[in-house]
Amino acid sequence: MTAPTLQPVIVGAGPAGIRAAQTLAAHGVRPTVIDEAARGGGQIYRRPPAHFARSPQTLYGTEASRATALHSTLDGLAAHIDYQPDSLVWNAQGGQLDVLHSPTQTTRAVPYGQLIVASGATDRVLPVPGWTLPGVYTLGGAQVALKFQGCTIGRNVVLMGTGPLLYLVAYQYAKAGATVAAVLDTARFADQLAALPGMLTQPAVLAKGMYYVGWLRAHGVAVHTGVRPVRVEGETRVNAVVWTDGAAEHTVPCDAVGFGYALRSETQLADLLGCRFAWAPMHRAHLPERDGAGRTSVAGVYLAGDGAGIMGADAAEWAGERAALALLADHGVKVDTARAAELERKPTKLMTFRQGLEHAFPFPTNWADHAPDALVVCRCENITAGELRACARDAGADEMNRLKALTRVGMGRCQGRMCGVAAAEILAQATGKPIDQVGRLRGQAPIKPIPIHLQAQAEASA
Amino acid sequence: MTTTTRTIDTDVAIVGGGIMGASAALALRRKGVAVVLLERDLCGSRSSGVNYGGVRRQGRPVSQLPLAQRAHQVWADLPALIGTDGEYQRSGHFKIGRSEADMASLEAYATLSRDFDLGIQLISGTTLRERCPWLGGRAVGGSLCPDDGQANPRLVSPAFALAAKRAGAQILERTPMTSVEHDGQLFTVRSGTTVAVRAPVLINCAGAWAGALAAQFGEAVPIHSGHPAMAVTEPLPFFMHWSLGVEGGGIYCRQVERGNLVLGGGAGVALDADRARSERSAIATLAVQAVELLPALKNAHFIRTWSGTEGYLPDRQPVLGKSHTTPGLIHGFGFAGAGFQIGPGVGEVLAELARDGRSTTPIDAFAIERFLPTTVADVASTAAAH
Repeated sequence: MTAPTLQPVIVGAGPAGIRAAQTLAAHGVRPTVIDEAARGGGQIYRRPPAHFARSPQTLYGTEASRATALHSTLDGLAAHIDYQPDSLVWNAQGGQLDVLHSPTQTTRAVPYGQLIVASGATDRVLPVPGWTLPGVYTLGGAQVALKFQGCTIGRNVVLMGTGPLLYLVAYQYAKAGATVAAVLDTARFADQLAALPGMLTQPAVLAKGMYYVGWLRAHGVAVHTGVRPVRVEGETRVNAVVWTDGAAEHTVPCDAVGFGYALRSETQLADLLGCRFAWAPMHRAHLPERDGAGRTSVAGVYLAGDGAGIMGADAAEWAGERAALALLADHGVKVDTARAAELERKPTKLMTFRQGLEHAFPFPTNWADHAPDALVVCRCENITAGELRACARDAGADEMNRLKALTRVGMGRCQGRMCGVAAAEILAQATGKPIDQVGRLRGQAPIKPIPIHLQAQAEASA
Repeated sequence: MTTTTRTIDTDVAIVGGGIMGASAALALRRKGVAVVLLERDLCGSRSSGVNYGGVRRQGRPVSQLPLAQRAHQVWADLPALIGTDGEYQRSGHFKIGRSEADMASLEAYATLSRDFDLGIQLISGTTLRERCPWLGGRAVGGSLCPDDGQANPRLVSPAFALAAKRAGAQILERTPMTSVEHDGQLFTVRSGTTVAVRAPVLINCAGAWAGALAAQFGEAVPIHSGHPAMAVTEPLPFFMHWSLGVEGGGIYCRQVERGNLVLGGGAGVALDADRARSERSAIATLAVQAVELLPALKNAHFIRTWSGTEGYLPDRQPVLGKSHTTPGLIHGFGFAGAGFQIGPGVGEVLAELARDGRSTTPIDAFAIERFLPTTVADVASTAAAH
């Protein structure tokens, strides 16, 4: 019963991608699923290498049953999908994706008829002086080390920034046997109290968050709220973090730091596909537009999951299923419209809680005011906040791509994926423009660096 | 609702803020001429700002060499002129021969260009291997122009506009020309209802988009857009001063001081009339050629690719000179992917044409008449003669 015109490709095998694949398969449609990781699950339910023996309970804690369900769903789909792990989509052009297969070091063009982009998210980074020292990681990176390789980033760790991940990682690290020297949250405890009414709409999730905080305090972990990281100290690697509570500076010795300010969507593929973007205030980001079902401005291209706005793993699962139903319905396949409607309602119910998170862990909108001129914003190209400000002042740069052209910010290996948020904050501060008015870095292929010789091989065999 | 259009009267209006228009604006200000420049986006943000960055005289048609030599002098004083060196270096340009026939062509060019003092040296055999051990095996020799070099177009082209602004030019960015009229005396260039610029002289530096303006004044030319495919690697240990080209074309490559290698060759694809990208097969071809040319790149990564939109005329020569139909209209466009080096020279020539009506540098080879039907050109020149 496969509709002959359907040739769907799903990019990403996290919660959204897996549910999308499952939904298509359930309707007799065989999708291609391309995922950068060796094993599906996404970042949140990232699986360790096959021979690692830690239990799901150890790895995923309270999320173990969700993780296991998702993993077994993917495993069960093996015969019904064309699953391509270890594969990085680095370009999109003319109805085809360019896919780099890491183990064989080859690239090939994968045609698609329809596309579900479930590209996920990375940490939102706001640099602090010293952040380029060895031993400083993002919170997500710190968590990946634990989940994927079963190791910690250090023995005596400071975790800082803000967002739900801050407390989760602190809890996981402490449980894994690391010493958590301090949790430094830029959000104020008052913010969290004020956010309670909204968060109560998801009491179970709220309870988990409160459990982590309570557990940390009960186990003697120093949790400081309403603080500001001042600098990371060290010669050849990190040995302390200095923070301020507004009145005085404090120093915490440590041998590693994990930091981050919630997550940011990975939108480069949507950009290369030509999707229209719009400013999303809650996410403080330009995001590809999508309707309630995941349809973008480009016919046949659908978005699901955190890659189109950070809504979390549960919402990603719903969005993946919903996008798949939209894809099917748009191509004449009969779908359960009641289920589709339900899937669109679910995230709207989550929205109050989601907005509550922004109140509980607000983005530090004054971050740029405290960023000294000497602070390295772009670590690939070693561009400082002072250089960005000078460019705005002296060359009149008032837009991100201009800032990039004149200073090289975002021109290095990460292509702005790490530094873009901070550079935009500095530019907004320097120009006095609202953050939504400074634009966004244009996506350019490759989405991540591609080896030249690999290209050469593909060409020679063509 | 009332809208007030700002009207600006000036001596010279320029459409297009690439390196041609911006350097013309600067040259005019240095002559004390009032000038207003309209740029629909940001100055130097299109081809002038995203090109390869070669500052090369070698290999140009001999007809372009007087202009190239003039520009060469401007490049020499870049910091004094525009306030930045724009990473300009006279690092040498080396054009590689991969066969005896290539070497014969390079030798013929050295002879042909002898009058212009380019200082070309032909290198081959053991000297070649000694001087460039990093070069792949297919190269049999090449032609070195020691005083040619490279610069960062992202910095240089916007800096010309900024320098013109500091010198008193009115630079109107994000101000697209929406209409232009000529009443026999004055041009009126409008950007919607925002601004109207009136001037007796209008310079058309609209790059790949200049054809429409020319056509409006009865000078339709067969211009088309091209999209060179470009790529850059991550920084590598510095090993190569020269900017490289290959006889017969194909690939060009330079290493910036920071270590990244900038490569170009082949064609990208247009997304629409304004935007372009590199293209997958062009990137693949570029990669093969790059490793062949420079084996050290074998384990490097491409970190970014791009393209631009450039104007090409069939003979790959620009249109540079006075309009044949409309007094006061001056053209400078269609530089066929090779305008960066001569840009500052073109600016000076355009300024001379605007103020004096003639250029001290020979530009006859670039006259727009070469594309006009004989009858139109004849009628126009007859009319001008009377």
